[in-house]
Amino acid sequence: MSDFPRWKYALVVVVLLLGLLYALPNVFAPQPAVQISANRGARIDASMQDKVESILKKDKLTWDKINITGDSKQEGSQRMLVRFHSDDVQTKAVEALKDGLGNQYVVAPNLASTVPSWLRSLHANSMPLGLDLQGGVHFLMQVDQSGVRQRQEQVYTGDVRQLLREKNIRYLSVSHGGKGVVAVLRSEADRSAATDAIGAEYPDLDISNGPSTGNRFVLDMQIKPDKLRELAQNTIRQNLSTLRNRVNALGVSEPLVQQQGNSRIVVDLAGIQDTAQAKRILGAQASLEYRAGIAQYPDQRVIDAVEKGIVPPDARLYYGKACPRGCLLSKQVIVTGDELTNANSGFDQQQGSPEVQVTLNAAGAKRMRTFTESNVGKPMAVVYIDHIPQTKMVDGKEVHSFKTSERVISYATVNGVFGRQFSTTGLDSPKEASDLALLLKAGSLAAPMTFVEQHVIGPSLGRDNIRKGVSAVILGLSLVLLAALIYYKLFGLVADIALVLNLVLLVAVMSMIGVTLTMPGIAGIVLTLGMAIDSNVLICERVREELRNGSTPHASIRAGYEKAWATILDANVTHLLAAMALMTMGSGPIRGFGVTLFIGILTSMFTSVTVTHAITALIHGRRKLKTLSV
Amino acid sequence: MEIFNHNSNVNFLGLRKISIVLAVLLMLGSVFVIATRGLNYGMDFTGGVLVEVSYSKPVQIANARAALTSGGFKEAVVQSLGNSTDLSIRLQPKADPDAVKAGGKMDAAKVAKDVLAALKAKRSDVKLNRAPDFVGPQVGAELRTSGIYAVIFVIIGIMGYLWIRFERRFAIAAVVTEVHDALVTVGIIALTGRQFDLTVLASVLAVVGYSINDKVVVFDRVRELFRLARKAEPEEVLNRSINNTLSRTIITSLFTAITMAALYFFGGPAVHGFAITMLIGILIGTLSSIFIASPILLWLGVSKKDLMPVTKDNPELARRP
Repeated sequence: MSDFPRWKYALVVVVLLLGLLYALPNVFAPQPAVQISANRGARIDASMQDKVESILKKDKLTWDKINITGDSKQEGSQRMLVRFHSDDVQTKAVEALKDGLGNQYVVAPNLASTVPSWLRSLHANSMPLGLDLQGGVHFLMQVDQSGVRQRQEQVYTGDVRQLLREKNIRYLSVSHGGKGVVAVLRSEADRSAATDAIGAEYPDLDISNGPSTGNRFVLDMQIKPDKLRELAQNTIRQNLSTLRNRVNALGVSEPLVQQQGNSRIVVDLAGIQDTAQAKRILGAQASLEYRAGIAQYPDQRVIDAVEKGIVPPDARLYYGKACPRGCLLSKQVIVTGDELTNANSGFDQQQGSPEVQVTLNAAGAKRMRTFTESNVGKPMAVVYIDHIPQTKMVDGKEVHSFKTSERVISYATVNGVFGRQFSTTGLDSPKEASDLALLLKAGSLAAPMTFVEQHVIGPSLGRDNIRKGVSAVILGLSLVLLAALIYYKLFGLVADIALVLNLVLLVAVMSMIGVTLTMPGIAGIVLTLGMAIDSNVLICERVREELRNGSTPHASIRAGYEKAWATILDANVTHLLAAMALMTMGSGPIRGFGVTLFIGILTSMFTSVTVTHAITALIHGRRKLKTLSV
Repeated sequence: MEIFNHNSNVNFLGLRKISIVLAVLLMLGSVFVIATRGLNYGMDFTGGVLVEVSYSKPVQIANARAALTSGGFKEAVVQSLGNSTDLSIRLQPKADPDAVKAGGKMDAAKVAKDVLAALKAKRSDVKLNRAPDFVGPQVGAELRTSGIYAVIFVIIGIMGYLWIRFERRFAIAAVVTEVHDALVTVGIIALTGRQFDLTVLASVLAVVGYSINDKVVVFDRVRELFRLARKAEPEEVLNRSINNTLSRTIITSLFTAITMAALYFFGGPAVHGFAITMLIGILIGTLSSIFIASPILLWLGVSKKDLMPVTKDNPELARRP
């Protein structure tokens, strides 16, 4: 047909083939599995596999497959995945493996993808399932931004005192309350001298004169709004990264840790049911310690310590990202996180290489200076410590204790004598620098977080939801297919084909973008299917009208599509606006629904107009027609 | 197959006085119901704690409620979880003032303990199903605000688009009808006391999207007929537009309603609220497309000359239908 060019056929075929390909992975249902990852010091290798197999055999648990993923060269990146045939076995296996493998390994339930590797190599993956479809816990955490402001004021209070002392300006008091930092000076002259000195040193403070009575001259200092905003952003970033690190400790396969709004963080942990344990780990306290370094792998002393357990009396063996194979650090702590007032990543002034600038308070600066004076050229390390509260039942009583996890996040050589401010250089990338800065802050300045929302979805409820969702989609689709076929005959059949293809395309696009499928998302799919047929109704009604007006079949088809298109466009654009509002509306369920609706409207415009037109043109082609089956 | 007579020429505009009065009454009624009865807001919006308990033997909801009332939880909302032994109990912060910590947050663990103690006082075969769910009241309040923003965004966006693509009167008529549809849908939810949670809000917004779709189809025909007709009597053009698009309006509504019914009956309780709201909205949206949107257009004084394309600027426009 002349009004349907060849390139459009090609487009339709290519899009549909791609759609089929990228929707295909969703056919492969994920399989229950257990993921095992190693804590510091432990390794995952072939011998591990034997151990796991023997534990499972002892409990008469049958597994499907065991494989090891991750880079074997990079310590700690390897995971062992044990796949099972049923959820019951999976649950029992988690318990058995947790007991059998002990503390050195993290054992967590998981859903393993069964998508063939050739599909995965094309980046064709199945849609991730939301918590409501696979079970798990959802937390919403609130970061206490006012606490951050107060702490910053506290830091400024100390700094201002120090500055006034250095400049020999006499003051009555420097304090901080709810409304910024307040300095009280003895004379008008002192006050203006202080204003100049503070203004020059701390440009982030707004300084103004307060009421003066007798010999009390008050100076008010406020943190500038820009600085406060920056602080708030930094705080949330730092809390995000802390949470991500801690979530890794839970061994969840695809955790979601996401910022929401200005001060909240969503944490979705699939497969986890024990909220208490998860909350303990997420809400852990962190601290930092600067320690003198003694030796790093491959030093003989470290090898002795790692392999034979011979540790020098004044040292302790540590692991961490900065020394994955172990290093010995002094037992003496130089500075702790409490004494650190700031850490920022940036670039070295001279060489332009990435670095982290650290600022200590007065007490910390003094000790750091004493240490560096006698240790230039020697190593210094930073240890990051998570304190995880634990509750154990001992003799029927709850016993509270802390489990600490320590890791070395920086191991560097002292290049000179320094005190209050210094920087860590020699970092490989700006990313590494910002990671280190975030960790330093997490261990010293982390803003307190509170749990403001919690949902638990049981695993069986999730499976039940999937089953119901799928049956609703299939039933809704079949009913519409049947109704369209009866009402519009051949044109109805064409519309039906387009509707099925619309479902395929919708699923393909959602999988490609990586939209998480949720129950409201499924509702969105069902609604889209019901409304997508609208375009075909419009076209069919138009074609009928044209026929009634006495047009020839071919002319009716052409006019039908042409006239309906303007209407379809207007109707769908307004509808897209509504879907967009749903998408921008903050949180989970509504968003999932809005995203599905939005994509669905776009794909339906393609399938119900272009695809049906192609098929109609193919069927009716150049044949001479007397009637149309519509 | 055809259900509708394609030559139908029902005088819908002739009924405009009745239909507009009815619409206004429905809107006022909805406002009244929403104002007096209020919406049964879900935990998403109010914040609070949700405790799930299960009994080892079947239990009457009324008995559980009585146990909670005598335990001091007068405002607890008790619902069955689909069988005779499992119950969900929803408490807003005001329902358990003892457990409210500083800043209006509730101590979920304490609430769960209190609730269980109250239930145990009457029957001892009850236990907690799982850890309690909770939502901070602040979170809920913000959600409500962002919901209102979303509605305003939709209304302004749709109005702007129709203003540009059609004409001012069409934009106003569409938005007024939209407000009617959304208001009456929410009014019916308030009247039946159904829970108003996030999915229902999503559904109300989807109703707005669905119903605007419907109106645009009719308006499109109005524009087309005005441009084609030599002597265009507005009332007659509007009537013909509604009649011409009538079968499409009803068929599409039926098709969408079929899928929503499937969702209602097979999608499980998680999407009940969504599906039922959609069904109500589809009914109201369809009726308002036929009976309300066009009378408003007529009342605003739509005429042929407002819709003729400006030929001087763009000759391409003149050729369009």
